[in-house]
Amino acid sequence: MTEYILQQIINAISLGSLYALVAVGLSIVFGVLRLTNFAHGDVMMVGAFTTVLLIGLGVPFIPAMACGIAGAALAGFLIERIAYRPIRNAPDVTRLLTSLAVTYILENMGILLFTSSPRNFPLPDILNSSWQLWDGALTFTNINLLTIALTFVSLIGLGWFITRTTVGLGMRAAAEDMSAAQLVGLDVNRLIVVAFIVASAYAGLAGVLWAAQAGVVQPQMGFTPLLKAFVAAIIGGFGSIAGALVGGYVLGALEIFIVAFLPDSVSSYRDAIVFAVLIAFLLVRPGGLLKPNREIKL
Amino acid sequence: MLDIATPLLQVEKLEVNFGAVRALKGVSIEVREGEVVALVGANGAGKSTTLRTISGLSKPKSGRILFAGQSIGGRAPPQIVRAGIAHSPEGRRLFGALSVAENLRLGACTRTDADAVAKDTERMFTLFPILKERWRQLSGTLSGGEQQQLALARALMAAPRLLLLDEPSLGVAPLLVRHIFDALAELKRQGMTMLLVEQNIKLALELADRAYVLRTGFVALSGSSAELATSDRVAQAYLGAAQ
Repeated sequence: MTEYILQQIINAISLGSLYALVAVGLSIVFGVLRLTNFAHGDVMMVGAFTTVLLIGLGVPFIPAMACGIAGAALAGFLIERIAYRPIRNAPDVTRLLTSLAVTYILENMGILLFTSSPRNFPLPDILNSSWQLWDGALTFTNINLLTIALTFVSLIGLGWFITRTTVGLGMRAAAEDMSAAQLVGLDVNRLIVVAFIVASAYAGLAGVLWAAQAGVVQPQMGFTPLLKAFVAAIIGGFGSIAGALVGGYVLGALEIFIVAFLPDSVSSYRDAIVFAVLIAFLLVRPGGLLKPNREIKL
Repeated sequence: MLDIATPLLQVEKLEVNFGAVRALKGVSIEVREGEVVALVGANGAGKSTTLRTISGLSKPKSGRILFAGQSIGGRAPPQIVRAGIAHSPEGRRLFGALSVAENLRLGACTRTDADAVAKDTERMFTLFPILKERWRQLSGTLSGGEQQQLALARALMAAPRLLLLDEPSLGVAPLLVRHIFDALAELKRQGMTMLLVEQNIKLALELADRAYVLRTGFVALSGSSAELATSDRVAQAYLGAAQ
């Protein structure tokens, strides 16, 4: 039983890491722009497809993944410049619909280029192999370990960026009070561009790891992680980077433990249970875990 | 070189609209180098709007804003900070989730001279010793008076030639108001040029060399603080909007 619980904890951390990576990006963009960026899931797709195509051309996994992350960052940069900047001061509804439009455009471009049928993710054998402890009672694959390790390293990097650099501090300042940020002399335009690039790079990393774990890529692959990350970000307190992180792991744990410890007849309703818990949670704590006193405005 | 006769800040016939509302109807004011000038008047007279337009947060409809002889009207706030004007806004507007240290660091974000910034930080500790004690604390957890001191220090960290102050006594305990105005007097003694908006007319006239009385978007009266402090017309102009 101990091994079983340990195994589930590892699974929860692995899944939670993916949710946290996606949710952190959503929160960064929401923080500086007050925009719910639905296209964030499609930026994941860009990262995953770039990686898969490069591996197909014979590029080794790690450099291919680095290019995937860079490709996602570039996609985020272009989305901000082309789609969001012209409507930055438009009403919320306009901005929300624009973000949905970007999603549809990117997904359909993906379908045109790659068709909507899933493609195999060519994961190197070394990442597919697994470790077994206690005669197989505890199993973890290398891709799980890589996911956890890369998430930890990249999130520590993010923590350094937002607490130690002027640009990172400026991003948090702008998220809190845009006018005050301008009054101290911060270039808000530049902060927004940096926020999109950073958030999209995290989406790219999450996209590669998500597709690698699933074993497939397809143009609509961003939808489910986006929805889950959205839930995670709301649990943590929308717009708070630390909240997104906590929310990601809480959601990952919740999903894994529902499946692991509840009977099959109940656990097949996993997503329904998760959303029911979310609704109940928001009734008690509408601002999320880390922002208890603020209302959420989408 | 700036001619002694040329004011550091010249605001000429400034008009600002908020939608259909005319907030400023042709305000003209001057601030000379080393001078402390107060803007007083009832609520809605246009004091904060004047400051916000000088620092670029509101856009002028017409009129000119000259700073050190250069037209700055309509420029973006970061450019105006770089030109040498720092604005400590009404309600302090600190970054509450950031520490005292981080707020001050962002106050100096337009500067590249690390040594001078470090020196100015030390200066802030002398001027506002409480900030040193609270260095690592989140600014949102400070008291009103402490937050006001931090807001002043954050603006000063930009090393401005002109400091715009909007209601430094607002939401501050009476004992600390005295403390804050002592610090402002010390800044004045050091030669800092200031344009001050203040509800507390007595405090404002004590500190300022000259004052303008605004009334519903125009200058109703101006003169030296000593003159205005003894004039009945100040009270009339001041209360005019309310009557």
